[in-house]
Amino acid sequence: MSIDLSTTYLGLKLDSPLIASASPLTGDVDSVRKLEQAGASAVVLPSLFEEQIDHERREVERLHEFQADSMAESLSFFPEMEYNLGPDEYLKTLAEAISSVKIPVIASLNGATRGGWVHHAQLMEQAGASAVELNIYFIPTERNANGNDVENQYCELIAAVSETVHIPVGVKVGPYFTSLPDVVRRFVQAGADGLVLFNRYLAPDIDLDSLTFEPALKLSTPDELRVALRWIAILRDQIDASIAATGGVHNVEDVVKSLLVGADAVMMATILLQKGRDYLGELRTGLTRWLEEHEYESVEQIKGSMSINRCANPEGLNRANYMKALTSYTTPE
Amino acid sequence: MDNGYVTVDGNEATARVAFSTNEVIAIYPITPSSTMGELADAWAAAGQSNVFDVIPQVVQMQSEGGAAGALHGSLQGGALSTTFTASQGLLLMIPNMFKIAGELTSAVIHVAARSLATHALSIFGDHSDVMSVRSTGFALLSSASVQEAHDFAMISQSATLRARVPFLHFFDGFRTSHEVNKIEPLSDDDIRSLLDMESVWAHRNRSLDPDRPVLRGTAQNPDVFFQAREAANPFYDAACDIVQQEMDRFAERTGRQYKLFEYVGAPDADRVIVMMGSGIGAAEEAVEAMNQAGEKVGLLKVRLFRPFDVTRFLAEFPKTTRRVVVLDRTKEPGAIGEPLYQDVITAIAEGWDPQAERTPLVTGGRYGLGSKEFTPAMVIAVLDHLATDNPKRHFTIGIHDDVSLTSLPWDEERFNEPDDVTRAVFYGLGSDGTVGANKNSVKIVGENTPLYAQGYFVYDSRKAGSTTVSHLRFSPRPINSTYLIRKASFVACHQFELLRRMDVLETAEPNGTFLLNSPFSADEVWDHLPVEMQKQILDKNLDFYVIDAAKIARDVNMAGRINVVMQTCFFALAKVLPIDEAIEQIKTAIEKTYGKRGPAVVEKNLNAVSASVAALQQVTVPASTEGDQHMLQPVPDFAPDFVKRVTGMIISGKGDLLPVSAFPVDGTFPTGTATYEKRNIADMIPVWDPDICIECGLCALVCPHAAIRTKRFDAAELANAPENFLARLSKPNSEPQTALTVQVTPEDCTGCGVCVNVCPAKSKEVVKHKSIDMMPKADHFDVEKERYEFFATIPDVDRSTVKSNTVKGSQLMLPLFEFSGACAGCGETPYLKLLSQLFGDRMVVANATGCSSIYGGNLPTTPWSTNAEGRGPAWSNSLFEDNAEFGLGIRLAIDGKRDRANHLLSELSEEIGLELATEFLYATQNNEQDILSQRGRIARLKEVLRSVDDPDARELERIADSLVDRSMWIIGGDGWAYDIDFGGVDHVLSTGRNVNLLVLDTGVYSNTGGQASKATPRAATAKFAAFGREAHRKDMGQMAIAYGSVYVAQIAMGANPAQAIKAFHEAESFPGPSLILAYSHCIAHGIDMTSAMSHQKDLVKSGFWPLYRYDPRNARKGEHPFRLDSKKPSIPFKEVAMKEARFAMLARSKPDRARELMKLAQRDIDETYSYYSQLADVDREFTDLTP
Repeated sequence: MSIDLSTTYLGLKLDSPLIASASPLTGDVDSVRKLEQAGASAVVLPSLFEEQIDHERREVERLHEFQADSMAESLSFFPEMEYNLGPDEYLKTLAEAISSVKIPVIASLNGATRGGWVHHAQLMEQAGASAVELNIYFIPTERNANGNDVENQYCELIAAVSETVHIPVGVKVGPYFTSLPDVVRRFVQAGADGLVLFNRYLAPDIDLDSLTFEPALKLSTPDELRVALRWIAILRDQIDASIAATGGVHNVEDVVKSLLVGADAVMMATILLQKGRDYLGELRTGLTRWLEEHEYESVEQIKGSMSINRCANPEGLNRANYMKALTSYTTPE
Repeated sequence: MDNGYVTVDGNEATARVAFSTNEVIAIYPITPSSTMGELADAWAAAGQSNVFDVIPQVVQMQSEGGAAGALHGSLQGGALSTTFTASQGLLLMIPNMFKIAGELTSAVIHVAARSLATHALSIFGDHSDVMSVRSTGFALLSSASVQEAHDFAMISQSATLRARVPFLHFFDGFRTSHEVNKIEPLSDDDIRSLLDMESVWAHRNRSLDPDRPVLRGTAQNPDVFFQAREAANPFYDAACDIVQQEMDRFAERTGRQYKLFEYVGAPDADRVIVMMGSGIGAAEEAVEAMNQAGEKVGLLKVRLFRPFDVTRFLAEFPKTTRRVVVLDRTKEPGAIGEPLYQDVITAIAEGWDPQAERTPLVTGGRYGLGSKEFTPAMVIAVLDHLATDNPKRHFTIGIHDDVSLTSLPWDEERFNEPDDVTRAVFYGLGSDGTVGANKNSVKIVGENTPLYAQGYFVYDSRKAGSTTVSHLRFSPRPINSTYLIRKASFVACHQFELLRRMDVLETAEPNGTFLLNSPFSADEVWDHLPVEMQKQILDKNLDFYVIDAAKIARDVNMAGRINVVMQTCFFALAKVLPIDEAIEQIKTAIEKTYGKRGPAVVEKNLNAVSASVAALQQVTVPASTEGDQHMLQPVPDFAPDFVKRVTGMIISGKGDLLPVSAFPVDGTFPTGTATYEKRNIADMIPVWDPDICIECGLCALVCPHAAIRTKRFDAAELANAPENFLARLSKPNSEPQTALTVQVTPEDCTGCGVCVNVCPAKSKEVVKHKSIDMMPKADHFDVEKERYEFFATIPDVDRSTVKSNTVKGSQLMLPLFEFSGACAGCGETPYLKLLSQLFGDRMVVANATGCSSIYGGNLPTTPWSTNAEGRGPAWSNSLFEDNAEFGLGIRLAIDGKRDRANHLLSELSEEIGLELATEFLYATQNNEQDILSQRGRIARLKEVLRSVDDPDARELERIADSLVDRSMWIIGGDGWAYDIDFGGVDHVLSTGRNVNLLVLDTGVYSNTGGQASKATPRAATAKFAAFGREAHRKDMGQMAIAYGSVYVAQIAMGANPAQAIKAFHEAESFPGPSLILAYSHCIAHGIDMTSAMSHQKDLVKSGFWPLYRYDPRNARKGEHPFRLDSKKPSIPFKEVAMKEARFAMLARSKPDRARELMKLAQRDIDETYSYYSQLADVDREFTDLTP
C-alpha cells in the first residue's frame, strides 16, 4: 500500500511535510537544489534582516564620513564604490533558487520598521517567493514595556504585510506569551495564514575571559520539540491556519509526534546540518515505514489526531503534566 | 533641474578629460594631485570607458620616478598615456621628461602645482615645481581656474598629439585643484571631435613594434649629439601655432575662446601686470576696479609659458604700456629675477617694437608662495607702486619682509567685492561634516539654479580635532575670486567651543548675519560668548541666530553630524534661494547623495532638515557686553619667548601677520612645543580608580598622545599634593615608601578611549567599571587639571633604577614625544612615544615624509620634546624618497665624531690620566646605568680637559658628549619603506652600519588618504585598489633576513607589548642595521579606533601578522636566529578581517571577488605560518666581519 505523504502548508501543496528551514543550507542556490533532490518538500531561506541592512548602510555612511574633509591631504580614506547593501543580493538568491527548483521557496523576513517589513515583503513577492515567513523577534528591556502593546505591534505588522502582499504569510514566533492561544488567534485575525512554532530565540552566552556577552549559536536538541508539541496540540482545534512545527525535530518519531498534535509540516535545520541533506531521504522513508507499520494511509489522516480535542488524555497538556512530572521525579517508586 | 553644469574641483575637472583621452594612466599619490589618480582608479575599477571605448589601464607605481618610467614606456609602446603629480613627484619625473620630450612624444602630465620642500615642506600651491622642469622640453600650459583646468586638459591633449611636443598642464595646488566651482563639462562627443584621430594614429604608429623595428635611445658622440639635438627645433617652432589652432577649434566647439596670452583691462593702459596661474582671478578683479576708478591699467594673462611665443606675447600689450610688472609664484634664490620675469624682460628686449620711443620699464615680484593669500588689494598695491617714481625692481607682496625689506605694503580696504555676491564663511571641525555640507550647498546652487557657486576650504594640519573654514560664494556671474573671503555677509560657527579659540567674526561684515550652533537658547546665550565677540556683534550690528544643532542631530539619530541642520539654517538665513525652493533642493540633494546609502540614511537626513528651520532662534542682542568669558590665550604666559611670539600667533590663526624676522633663517625650530598648545578636544577623558589598578602600565603604553602617564615617586612628595590627588602607596614597611599615580592630562587627551579599552583591571562588583573609565570631561576637568599640574612637578624616576624592558618599567620613563596632533587613537604614535621613553635622551630621528613627519613636524608645534636636562630627540625630515640614506648619512657623521673623540682620548690619555682613559676604553653602554656612568665620566673628562693646554684638548671638549652612544632611528611608513625608498632601505641594511629602521606599517599611504602600497594586504580595498588588492603583501622582513646580518623584528604592540619592547631594545643594542616592522592600525582601515589595540590581538591570532625576531647575534652564539613569537593561527582570517571595513567593503561591493581574494589571503597566512615555523628551526652562521 502506498502512503500519501502530501500535505498542505500555507495553502501550498507539498509532497511531504518535510521542510528545510532557514539555515546556512538554504542560503545558496546550489544547496537548495541539493535539498530538493534529497527530498525537501519546501525550503525556507535564511531571514533577511532589515536591521542588518540598515546597520550596514549606516556603517558605510559612517565609514565614508569619518575623518572625511578633515585634513587637507586626505579628504577621504576609502574609494567610493558601488555597495550591495540593500536586499538585492538576497533577492537575487531568492529568484535564482525559485527558478532552479520545483518545490516552493519561502522567503523569511526579520523587519525593523513598519515600512521595512512591508517593503521587503513586497520585494520578496516580486522576486517570486511562494510565501513569506515573518520572523518576529522583539526583546522588551524596559520595565514600562506593556505586554499588550507588544502584542498589538505584532498584530499591526502582520496586518500591514498581509494586506500588501498576495502570497501566503507565515508567522514565526516564540512561545513566550502570557496567553498563546489568544495571541495566535489575533495573529490569524490580523492575516497570518500560518504559524511556525517556535522561533528559537538564540540567547547570548558569556565569555568568561572577557566577561562580555557573546552571540552564541546553539543547535537545537530533541527535547526542545516538546514545547511545540504541547502548544500545537492546544492550538490546532482553535485556529484556522497552517501550523509548522520547528525546533528540535530530529528523527522520524519527532515528525510523527508533530503530525499527531496537528502540525501540517515540520521544519528542520539542526539535524540536516549535523547529518547532511540526505538525511531527508531517510526521514521520508522512515515516516512512510512508520505510517505503514501503524496502518495509516496518509499524512492527512494522522494530522491532528492528538490535538487537544481528539487526544485521549487532554489533561496531560495542561498544568497537571507539570505536577505529574514533579511527583514522578520526587517520589521514588 | 539639471542645467548641464557640474560643480567639481580642479582635480576632477582635469581627471575627467585625462581619463577620457588616455589608455594608460600611471599613478602615485602626492598631495594635492592624488585625487586625480584616485578618480582614475575608481572609474577604471567601475568599468568606465574612455572615448575610444576602452577602459584605461591604471597602474600604481612605487614612486613618481616609477610612474614617469612607466609613462615613458607606455608611450613608446604606442598607448596614449598620462600621469598626475606635484612637487617632489614632478622632480622625480625630470629624467624621463627630458627623454619623452627629446623623443618628441605626445603626452600630457597634469600637475597640481605645489611648493618644493626647501627650508620646510609645504603641501600648498606655488610654481616652484613646474618652474623646475622648464628646461625639459615639455610645453607648459597654465590653467587659472577650474573651468580652465578642464578645458586646458583637453587643449593640451589635442595639441600634444598634433605638435609631438609633450605637455605639462598645470594649475595651482589647492587654490584650483581643491576649489569647487561650477563648470560647463565637455561631453564625450566634444572630446572626440577635438581629438585629431590622424595624430592619434601617428602616435600609435611611432610605437616599438617588431613588425617595423626601430632603435630609439641611442648614445651619441661629440660629432653628432649637438646637431641631432637641434633637429627637433621645427616642432617647437610650430607648437605655439598648433596650440592656438587647438584653442580656436575648442572655441568653435564650446564657445569658450582662449589665447596663449590674453590681455584684459584698459586699451590704453600705461601699466600692465603679467602673471599666470590662479592669481589671475584676483588680478583681473583688481584691474577692473582700478579702471573703474579712472586708472589705466591692464593684466596680461600667460597661458602657454613654454614654448614662449614672443610675438604673440608682445602683440597683446597696448601700445601705451610704459611700465610692466611681472609676478612670479616661485623663488629662485640668487637669480636676477624669477623665471617669468626673466622671460618677459628677454621677450621685450628681443621683440619690442624698435620704432617705439622706449621699451617699458619691467619690475618683478614674488607672491603667493606655499598658497600664501593673494588678493586684489595686493594687485592694487603692486600697480600703485609701479606708478611711483622709483618702483622696486624686485619685491615681494603678501608678506611683511622686515629683514631684506623686499615687501610692498598693501591695504585690504582698497578693494571690496561686489554687493550682489553672497559671501559666506563657516567654521567647523573636521569631524562634524561642515565641509561636506558646504560642498553639497555649492552643488545644489551650481547644478540646479542659474547662479554660480564657488567653495574653497581651509584645514589646519591637525589630524585629530582639526578645524575647518569654508568659504562659499554665490553670484549671478561666473566666480573667479581666487582668494579667501574677507568680508562675509553670512558667518556660521558650527562648534560653540571654537568661539574662545578663533576670532570667527573677523570676517563678518557690518549688518551681516551670524549663525551659531549653540547649546544655549537665544535667551541664555549672550553671556556665554566671549566679551570680545559680543563687542564685535554690537559694533558690526550683526543679526544673530542660534540653533541647538547637536540636539536636533541627536533627536534624528545622527549624533555629532550637525551638517544638514546647519546647511538648512544657512539657506534659511542667507536667502541665496527662496527658502522653500532651497529646502526642496536640499531634500533632493540628500536623496541623491545618500540614496545609495539606503532609505534609513536618507530619512534621518530629511528629518534633520524638517526639524531645523523651526528650531532656529533669533537672539535679541542686548545693548552691552555681559559676563566674564574671554578669548583664550593661545599659549600660556610661562611659555618661552619664541613660543609666545611666533608659535602662539600661528596657533591663534594669525601666522599671516608674522614678519620675516620672526623666523629662523634655515628652518630650524625648538622642540618640546606641543605642551604649550592646550587643544582641549576631548569630550570624554579617562578617570582613574586607584583602588582596582594593577599598575600594569598598559594605559600609558598605548596612549597615542602621551596624555595618560604613570609615575612612581617617593611617598613623601604627597605631602605637597593637592587634597584630591590620587596615588597607590607601596607597602608601609617598604624603604623608602613609594607611591604610584596614573594621571591624565585633560587638556591634551583626545578622548580616543584606547587606554580604557586595554585596561585589564575590572571591578569585581560592576564588570563595566575598570580602573580607568571614560567620563565626561566637563565633570572632571578642574580636578584632573589640578592633579596633572601637581603630577608634572613630581620628579621623574631615576632611569637607572627602572626595568625598562617591561611594560610597567618603560612607562615610568618620561615620554619625549607628547601631545601630537595625530588622529585620536593613532596606531603609530604609541611606538614613537615608547622609543622616546627608552632612548629619547640620546636619540636622533630621520623621519620620512608622511603622517609621522606631519604630526611630528608640522607647525605650529612639535610633539618631540626634551627632559629636565634639556636632552631629547633631535629630529629631521629630508624627503619621502631618501629617508634611509638620509639617516645613514647622519649615522656616518655621528660615528665620525665619536671615532675622532676616541682617537683624541687615546692621544691625550697621559694628560687625562690613564685611569680615566682606561675607564673610557672599557666602558660599556648597555643599559641606563651604563649611560649614566658614561655621562658622569664625560663630565669628569671635561673637568680634567679644562686644565690641559693643548688644541686637541679643546677639540675633545667640544665633541666629548658624542662618547655617549647615539641611537639612530630611521622612521617612516610602509609607503616609504616598501615602495618609494625601498632601494635605499635595502642599501642601508646592506651597509652593516648601526642604524635602526622603524617602519610604522599601516599597510597604506595614510597621510595622503589611504592609497595602496606594497604592504597593503591581499583582499583589502584601498584607494588605487578599489577592485581589491590582488597581490600578496610584500614580506619585507624576510627580504631583510636574507642578508643574515640584519636584526629584524615584526611587532604589534596591541598583541604583545612585551615582545615589542624587547624588539626595541634588541634592535637598539644590535651594533648593526636593524629593521622593525611595527603593525600600526589606522583610520584608513575602517576600524573602531577605540578597540584597535585589542583588535591587534585577533590579527596576530589569525596569523595575519605573525610576530617574530631575527637576531644575528643568536646565530653567532650558535642558536637559532629566527624566533617566532606568535602561535599557530587559531582563528580564521575572515572572521577578523570582516571587522575592518577595508576588507568588509569588498564583500559588500564585489562579493565574488571578495570570496576569491579572501580564500587566497587565508592561504597566504597558512603558507606563511608553515614557512616561518620551518625557519624557526633553521641554523645559520653569522659570517660578517663586523660587528
